[in-house]
Amino acid sequence: MKVRILVSFKDSVLDPQGQTVKNALHTLGYGAIKDVRQGKVFEIDLEAVSRQEAQALIPEIADRVLANPIIEKFSWQILDET
Amino acid sequence: MIDEKTIRDHNLTPEEYGQIVRLVGRDLNLTELGIFSVMWSEHCSYKSSRVHLKKLPTQGRGVIQGPGENAGVIDIGDGLAVVFKIESHNHPSFIEPFQGAATGVGGILRDIFTMGARPIALLDSLRFGPLTNPRNRAIMEGVVSGISSYGNSIGVPTVGGEVYFDEGYSLNPLVNVFCLGIAEKDKIFYARAGEAGNAVLYVGSKTGRDGIHGATMASAEFGEETEHKRPNVQVGDPFKEKLLLEACLEVMNRNLIVGIQDMGAAGLTCSTTEIAAKSRKGIAIDLDLVPQREEGMTPYETMLSESQERMLIVAEPEKVKEVRDIFARWDLDAIPIGEIREGGRLVVRSRGEVVVDVPVEAVVDLCPAYRRKSVKPVAAEGAAGFEWPPLLPDYNEALLKTIASPTLADKEWVFRQYDHMVLVNTVLLPGSDAAVLRIKGGNKALAVTLDGNGHYASQDPRTGARIAVSEACRNLSCVGAEPVGVTNCLNFGNPEKPEIMWQFAETVEGMAEACRAFSIPVTGGNVSFYNDTEGLSILPTPVLGIVGLIEDISKLQSPFFKKEGDLIVLLGKNKEELGASEYLRVVFGRKQGFPPEIGLEEEKRIQELCREAISLRLLRSAHDVSDGGLAVSLAECCFLGPRRMGCLIDLQDEIRSDALLFGETQSRIIVTAVVEDLEALLALARKHRAAASVIGKVGGDSIVIRGRGKELVSLATEKIHGVWKNSIPAFYKT
Amino acid sequence: MKFGVVVFPGSNCDRDTLYALKDVLGQDAFFLWHKDHDLRGADAIVLPGGFAYGDYLRVGAIARFSPLMSEVKEFADRGGMVLGICNGFQVLLEMGLVEGVMIRNRHLKFLCQHVHIRVENERTAFTNKARKSQVLRLPIAHFDGNYFAPAETLKALEREGRVVFRYTDENGNVTEEANVNGSLHSIAGIVNRAGNVMGLMPHPERASEELLGGADGRVILESMIETLKARETSKKKRS
Repeated sequence: MKVRILVSFKDSVLDPQGQTVKNALHTLGYGAIKDVRQGKVFEIDLEAVSRQEAQALIPEIADRVLANPIIEKFSWQILDET
Repeated sequence: MIDEKTIRDHNLTPEEYGQIVRLVGRDLNLTELGIFSVMWSEHCSYKSSRVHLKKLPTQGRGVIQGPGENAGVIDIGDGLAVVFKIESHNHPSFIEPFQGAATGVGGILRDIFTMGARPIALLDSLRFGPLTNPRNRAIMEGVVSGISSYGNSIGVPTVGGEVYFDEGYSLNPLVNVFCLGIAEKDKIFYARAGEAGNAVLYVGSKTGRDGIHGATMASAEFGEETEHKRPNVQVGDPFKEKLLLEACLEVMNRNLIVGIQDMGAAGLTCSTTEIAAKSRKGIAIDLDLVPQREEGMTPYETMLSESQERMLIVAEPEKVKEVRDIFARWDLDAIPIGEIREGGRLVVRSRGEVVVDVPVEAVVDLCPAYRRKSVKPVAAEGAAGFEWPPLLPDYNEALLKTIASPTLADKEWVFRQYDHMVLVNTVLLPGSDAAVLRIKGGNKALAVTLDGNGHYASQDPRTGARIAVSEACRNLSCVGAEPVGVTNCLNFGNPEKPEIMWQFAETVEGMAEACRAFSIPVTGGNVSFYNDTEGLSILPTPVLGIVGLIEDISKLQSPFFKKEGDLIVLLGKNKEELGASEYLRVVFGRKQGFPPEIGLEEEKRIQELCREAISLRLLRSAHDVSDGGLAVSLAECCFLGPRRMGCLIDLQDEIRSDALLFGETQSRIIVTAVVEDLEALLALARKHRAAASVIGKVGGDSIVIRGRGKELVSLATEKIHGVWKNSIPAFYKT
Repeated sequence: MKFGVVVFPGSNCDRDTLYALKDVLGQDAFFLWHKDHDLRGADAIVLPGGFAYGDYLRVGAIARFSPLMSEVKEFADRGGMVLGICNGFQVLLEMGLVEGVMIRNRHLKFLCQHVHIRVENERTAFTNKARKSQVLRLPIAHFDGNYFAPAETLKALEREGRVVFRYTDENGNVTEEANVNGSLHSIAGIVNRAGNVMGLMPHPERASEELLGGADGRVILESMIETLKARETSKKKRS
């Protein structure tokens, strides 16, 4: 089963890298960009796990390892159930 | 299968291919062609440079290992040795600045710890096109980030170096990285095979398709289609290399291995053949056992891959388990992939078949050495047409403009990104004449400097090279260190062009003369040819890395003025020279004139005087005069320290004011001494038959320079400091 | 006194820290391998600087799961003294032994330079030999030294006097310019509620010898030694 997890800063946290990307885009003439937040994508390949098991497992590893709950939030989706 | 085009694509001439066929006794298959292609490339075989490099002096007091191994080794007493070398990573840094520079650092670090030495310092010599061009700004930013990222992560301090800017480097940045390590002199390891039957172990990262033909790329000019070569630059993993470093040092410390070679350019090909060749043995490996990161890799790809962070180790069969256990502790694989054999052949198996079977000697030792045609070019741009520029009413603006030139300006923007303090050895921080590292457990210290000059070399390569060596030694003398060994990185254009070959030959001659005059051995180095893009060559740029020894760290000298009232003494003489100076380039936009004269004997006397004066504790500061001339060096003495100092200088020389202030006359050192020590200093100068004269006094908060009574410069130190400090950061403000 | 210096894969300042404790300050200091489960009787544990696990994922994020860290946590819970320097501080934060998190430096560049820090609390086990508001000059070398914590955490830290060091100029004034990495409240070092665990970003082990440019870092290490000796003495008195 293939799962994609997105980790990014919570809205309240300043994201200087996102800001820098936004400024660079503005400099290049893309004025329509209002805001940019930078994050991380984890693509995880799970072996022999059911949908239910995944729904318990993924939030646990995301919360415990992949994200720092003080400043980061995460979301996830199943890409491929095979 | 092997047709003319394939041979050409592999950068071999038909004659070379013919020779290879004769040596091997038959036609090659594609994998074997790939092997010869990299090993006979300029980068690996030095075919255009060997005949000239032979002229360099390599013998000397304390030399444990000269050129020919991964790095040079010099005995520094107390049972210790320094291991050091410089390498270039120019082409990859143009294609992908961050990774190109990062993997350059990774490569030179491996060259050092492969010998059994723990790396303790990195320095880099960088050359870029002018910062006014955004492309050059991006390249510099990428290169500095790359060096910073790799060096910091692996925990070796980057303690010094140089950064130069010139149009000539716009499409060909130069990234030369130097590394130094310390080892017990009886525990140096080499690329050796030992006896037949010894096991060959592969350790480190898995092999992927990175950088195939990296060595060949280093031996080719860039053309329009450079962009697609991007996959040829490897991605470095400093964390992996840190594990590799610790594990390798541990197995070497416990004497568990016979030989070791890092997999750098030409990866498995180079390491296997060199280990076998050096011991006159053969080597057999099975590619099915090589850990691979990607699927379906062909033998060609596996043999030529330049995946980073890998080493080849030879160990006696009884020791293999212990070696593997130690690597496992560091979460690294150490996989037996073959063995050493008699017979002198490289035999490679893949999927049950022999895919390579060639004599090792042919691969490593029998590439021909070329004596390429060398023709002195018609006079370099304006060299013969030197004209004195107009004299100016005063030189305040000129000094501000010259010192703001990025080549001379503050490099803090650069070195602040490098951890220069890890390993707690750094005594003199970046920004001084030389980096100084204490040696724990005693009073000694090492001093290191990198120096090169493309402008002098372009007008007169022989003089340029002699000056590069002299200046590096002078920098060491200013901190009280005696030079003990030299490594060099020679950056040139296409050696198949006779004028370039002439530059190279002259440069080597000049280096040889200077090293002989100062009695310092050359322990090895690197040659980087083909630094051309679209037919335009770089300025010929020899970069010297010189290591010196300070016997007593308490006598360390620093460049800046210390106290009001200290007398400023000039060691050496001022001359009426202005050729090839930064002043001419920056203020008048001219690159004219021959470089300043260099008298090697006079230079030697000045340096010996300086070192003895430091040893006798007669000096309060010492700083050499180099780019920018006397005015710039005096300004640096006023602001390089923690406080802004000032000085009042009275010069009596009967020479033009501009030459007096900005001429780059050699063999000059600015020192300060207290009044009570002046007599002794002057007497010491007489003993060394060296010129020394009081030129002024430390005081006030301005730099005031008078020539024959006329005021030439009067500027607040704070003002000069501001201009110097803000020059490079201004290019990067958003 | 016995100091255990933890070594993670990728730690770089472990040897420096050992050198400062053992060779400069004459203590019994030794390495503790991250895969072991034995603190070898150490009186204090030091998590050194470096790039544990390459700083991959997040600084300190993987190192905190090392086998030895369960012993270190128990040791800290029992009141044992733990010091985290730079990367070590980041590991303590990820473990939750001190509160907050480190994010990328404000100007997005690695910074290696000297800074000044002011002693905000001179009564901790790590600062008892310093004076209140003493200004120390120490080196920093980090990419992610920008301290962040939610508002309630910050309030609690300040209220309870658990901010141990703050970035200041050389005269001890808190200024925007002196806060080179952008840390909230210019925080450079904090201690936990029980006062036995401290983390700081500057490197005291790099400022323990005049030869290397200053010895202001010694006072922190010497305070620890003093605290440990006092405990030992009072333990002996009671037995």
